[in-house]
Amino acid sequence: MIPTSHYVVVSLLLFTTGVIGVLTRRNVIIILMSIELILNAVNINLVAFSRLVGSVEGQAFAIFIITDAAAEAAVGLGIIIAFFRNRETVLADEMDILKW
Amino acid sequence: MLQEAYFILSNYIWQIVDGLVIVAIFPLLAGYVVLLERKVMADMQARLGPMRVGPHGLLQPLADAVKLMIKEDIIPESADRAIFWLAPVLSVFAGMLSFAAIPVGPGFLIADMNIGLLFIFAVSSMGIFGIVLGGWASNSHYSLMGALRSSAQLVSYEVAVGMAMVSGLLLAGTLSMKDIVGYQAHSGFWLVFVAPVGFVIYLVGSVAETNRAPFDLPEAESELVAGYMTEYSGFRWALYFLAEYSNMVVVGSVATTLFLGGWLRPFAGTPAFHFLDYAPPLVMLGVTGYCVYRIPKQTGWDQKFIMAIFTGICFVITVPLAAALPHPVAGWQAGVHGAFWFIAKVMAYVYVFLWARFTFPRYRFDQLMQLGWHYLIPLSIVNVMGVATAIVLHREAGWNPVVSIGVTLVVTVLAALWLVRAGERREQATLKSAA
Amino acid sequence: MTNLILFYFFAGLAVLGGVLVVTMRNAVHSAVFLITSLLATAGLYLTLNAEFLFVVQIILYVGGIMVLFVFVIMLVNLDVALHQVQFNRQTWVAGLLSFALLAELLAALALARSSSTGMQLLPAPHVPAASVQGNTEQIGTLLFQNYVIPFEIASILLLVALVGAVVMGKKRI
Repeated sequence: MIPTSHYVVVSLLLFTTGVIGVLTRRNVIIILMSIELILNAVNINLVAFSRLVGSVEGQAFAIFIITDAAAEAAVGLGIIIAFFRNRETVLADEMDILKW
Repeated sequence: MLQEAYFILSNYIWQIVDGLVIVAIFPLLAGYVVLLERKVMADMQARLGPMRVGPHGLLQPLADAVKLMIKEDIIPESADRAIFWLAPVLSVFAGMLSFAAIPVGPGFLIADMNIGLLFIFAVSSMGIFGIVLGGWASNSHYSLMGALRSSAQLVSYEVAVGMAMVSGLLLAGTLSMKDIVGYQAHSGFWLVFVAPVGFVIYLVGSVAETNRAPFDLPEAESELVAGYMTEYSGFRWALYFLAEYSNMVVVGSVATTLFLGGWLRPFAGTPAFHFLDYAPPLVMLGVTGYCVYRIPKQTGWDQKFIMAIFTGICFVITVPLAAALPHPVAGWQAGVHGAFWFIAKVMAYVYVFLWARFTFPRYRFDQLMQLGWHYLIPLSIVNVMGVATAIVLHREAGWNPVVSIGVTLVVTVLAALWLVRAGERREQATLKSAA
Repeated sequence: MTNLILFYFFAGLAVLGGVLVVTMRNAVHSAVFLITSLLATAGLYLTLNAEFLFVVQIILYVGGIMVLFVFVIMLVNLDVALHQVQFNRQTWVAGLLSFALLAELLAALALARSSSTGMQLLPAPHVPAASVQGNTEQIGTLLFQNYVIPFEIASILLLVALVGAVVMGKKRI
């Protein structure tokens, strides 16, 4: 039986990686992917603690989070495509027009 | 550590052997499916097909394999080497991994997972990446267009296929492949008779999922050269080919397990049909007899020798089938007969694929998407609701199962007809506005 | 022992994949490593006896969301983008702060492990009664009995996202 703290450490590492990605990268698509990493880290935690308390509620919540990630990816990528069509760029710090 | 390794080996030795057998034998088998396809195509076009290598072209798969392996391995100059290398491997990986959950017979099953069907669905959905990444890594416009088309097509048809699976799952009430067959054995009917609409949707959707004609838009040779495979040659191309044929066998196996009763004999529970148990050895004996009859007709002693070898193989398959006859319901006997029926059903399903390929002209891409989104997905949702209603009517309200299934079936078919009519109206409206 | 080896394999793969997602120059390579990381996470779920989540992770994340990502990367891929600077100006500050965050969280975890009020209070991990009722059935019962309304809200969220994506994808907005 692997202790829950192991999973928490993995989750922390993934979370920090995701945060670094969001804060430092310029490419919006990679920023979105880093957000997926963060959500995944949360999921690992939820599932690990769901085993710890001996119920599957954490897994049910993980499914909600995956649903959320799907919605976020769909809308986010839609925005990226719309922006790319108008401005020919996917770099976050060039998206500074504030108004269309 | 060592003890644990020994424990794993001793407990999972058959699973490991099964896996090795599949990985080692399947590529050869896929080669023979290709030969079968060429023979069927030749038959439908009134010609002979491959006849040169071996009697009746029986050694053609081996010759093809050798040719593909010793061909020059070309990687385009500006291709992304790592991903170019990875993509076909991913494709084959996804195709082969699915076999882990497929029950060929009562005993021949690598892993009896309680999520078996979803596992196959998940693993085969990973096959998209083989195509998309391969098309992208080639750095060619034909490849990229093929890859984009295929990802759009696969993602769209996955919904319909998944919903068709759900209609079968609702009835069986389990995800384990073994228990699905067990349910059909217990209830005495195949699910195709309860959820025929689901089966038809699965049939159409699985043709699209495997990129076969008439839905082979990703590799439409008249528009895109060879689609995502354009830049591939030699062994890597062979891997893509292997992936395509293993996907065909996988979707056939899933359809067989879910809708066609898996390894069960037709009319498995009816004593009046027990004479069907004699069919497997008799069929194989007939094939052996035909092979014997063909031996003297071959030209040259080498051809005669090869024909004799194939006769021997057929006979070797006949022997256990015949030996299993006295008591074909339990133990290894059931396994042998079950495997025969399973493979026969999968082959029949694959034959439908070939038949469709040589019968229907290729769809246009917008027609393909329209078929998926405007007809199959709505119909599959209606079908799932219909099956669920039938189950509730039967189990909760106590209706006669035949009546409840019949009523919901009529409603589903009416919905399908309405969908078709609405589609025709839409088409006429666009024609009118265009004129 | 086998469990532990599997755990370290999947955990290492997940973290390595995550790091490579953030550091790769080409977005397609990032996507491939994100797929690796997600698959490794699915493996971690297996070591936690969450087989339904394992499958959901592969079907939805790998087979759905990542296909979308790769699709969009191919649509907006620019050769120019590969030669531009990939990290923004706040990189060093952000990296330092993130590592500080990591150190803080790890310290909190270590404290929780050593103190008597932390994790020790929670019951020791025990194998869930998966043999009685499958993991899939348990989650299904939970989702459709206790969490029906959140479930329906999630479906509405998906519908909204669908409509939003279609609107965004139109030629002119």
